[in-house]
Amino acid sequence: MTAAGNLASQRPGKIRIQHLIKRFRDLVAIDDVSIEIEEGTFFAIVGPSGCGKTTMLRILGGLETVTSGAVEIADPAPGRPQYSIIFQGDSIFPWMTVWENAAYGLRMRKAPKAEIAASVAHWLERTGLTRYAKLYPHQLSGGMRQRVSIARAFANDPEVLLMDEPFSALDEQNRTILQQELLRIWEVDKKTVVFITHSVDEAVTLADKIMVMTASPGRAKTIIDVTLERPRNVLELRNDPRYGQIVYGIWGHLKHEVEQARL
Amino acid sequence: MAAHESALREAKSSAPETELIDIGEQARLSARRRERIMSFASPLGLLLIWEIAGRLGLVDVRFFPVPSSIIGAMAGMIMSGELIEHVLISLQRIGLGFLLGGIPAILIGVIMGISRPVRALVDPLIVATYPIPKSAILPFILLIFGLGEMSKVVMVAIGVFFPVAINSTAGVLQIAPIYLDVGKSFKASRWDTFRTIALPGALPFIMTGIKLGAGLALILIAVAEMVGAKSGLGYMIWSAWETFAVANMYVGLFTIALIGFGISFLLREVERLVIRWKVDA
Repeated sequence: MTAAGNLASQRPGKIRIQHLIKRFRDLVAIDDVSIEIEEGTFFAIVGPSGCGKTTMLRILGGLETVTSGAVEIADPAPGRPQYSIIFQGDSIFPWMTVWENAAYGLRMRKAPKAEIAASVAHWLERTGLTRYAKLYPHQLSGGMRQRVSIARAFANDPEVLLMDEPFSALDEQNRTILQQELLRIWEVDKKTVVFITHSVDEAVTLADKIMVMTASPGRAKTIIDVTLERPRNVLELRNDPRYGQIVYGIWGHLKHEVEQARL
Repeated sequence: MAAHESALREAKSSAPETELIDIGEQARLSARRRERIMSFASPLGLLLIWEIAGRLGLVDVRFFPVPSSIIGAMAGMIMSGELIEHVLISLQRIGLGFLLGGIPAILIGVIMGISRPVRALVDPLIVATYPIPKSAILPFILLIFGLGEMSKVVMVAIGVFFPVAINSTAGVLQIAPIYLDVGKSFKASRWDTFRTIALPGALPFIMTGIKLGAGLALILIAVAEMVGAKSGLGYMIWSAWETFAVANMYVGLFTIALIGFGISFLLREVERLVIRWKVDA
């Protein structure tokens, strides 16, 4: 089945990618990917390393240009930013306190001081960082630093959140905790999310829809609906036979790709 | 007991996500104090050895008058107001020179770090002019700016400019690219990128440049005042040599050493204040 044909939905999408091709010199990183992501969808992209999934996110985030094709994110409501990115690894500024980091997006778009104070206080509270507001990143553990990154993105109140393997640098326990917290935060106001990960478990745990990408060049192999109901509990999910079936199914699609990538 | 222990272990294993990694704050403080005391002890020790060697006749006091006699001469020069006057004028030149050289150096250096085209344009100029011995251009500076204050200030400024500019550029270039991506993703303007990412990120390097610049500034102010001034510590040392007032000459040297020590102490404190976000600051 062709991914593109399958994906064109009737409702206009929040994010629309059409025939996206990205080449770095001779290397084709992304080869003709078309997707449409509806508003409020948690959309995960999984694939073997080197399949161009991070490149796709960087294109969505305006950090990389397209070779051909079109990438569109619907215009935001007035006064709100289109998107915020949660990056892989350490991306919070070491020279700013937790509070200043969380306020960064709002400050950059010149939000009124009262709004900044209220929004930052709210998101530090929801990410469990209130006590650490005045500390510098080097005084925090890796898990806490990534929470700051999440608070920074959410406090900016964007219409779309772009997450690039945000938890891949964390140890398994911290990753599980942060996945649960992300679910808890996200399930309240369900922003549109594009979530890049190499972990099938993570994708199934968090997402509504999962796009499996092929190894280099990256193509959309298939899209899977994750019908597990919300709110989800990261631990309970693992005990759910449907969870295992979905994970197993995705591995069926990925197995060939991972082997390809290893060649 | 066993139950207690396992409860403890559990408490510990749940701790890492909330715990601050700031154990050893106390130990670090006392180590810092010890280092500060040590940094005063070594110069004082050297003076003590000198004094003893002079009194025992191990060194010729005509050329190396003992520290106590230098301090005596210094006291006299302080009383007469002569020393204070020279110190103040030299400090004023150094201060103005620092501002005149340092501020443009930080601006140009950081902008060179941010912008490839600017770097391509300006870098060759810096590379070409940097190796010229600064003391060698003193006659040229005197020619342009005359014997007034400006020539001395400009000498200091030139000395400060190069290390600060070069370090500022290097400081920006070592900032991890992800921080610039973050700025871009939050739509930071050029000015905001400069203000919130490039400048603070480069600050540890800029401080190193300023410390190097301070050393050069002292060298250059002394040289410039020896040749082209009628006041300042350099002039004072030179006229002491001309009248063979050896003790006075040492007073000048001592004072410059003290000022150098004071400036680097001050800069270290400033550094600790402005980059407290650094792990080891």
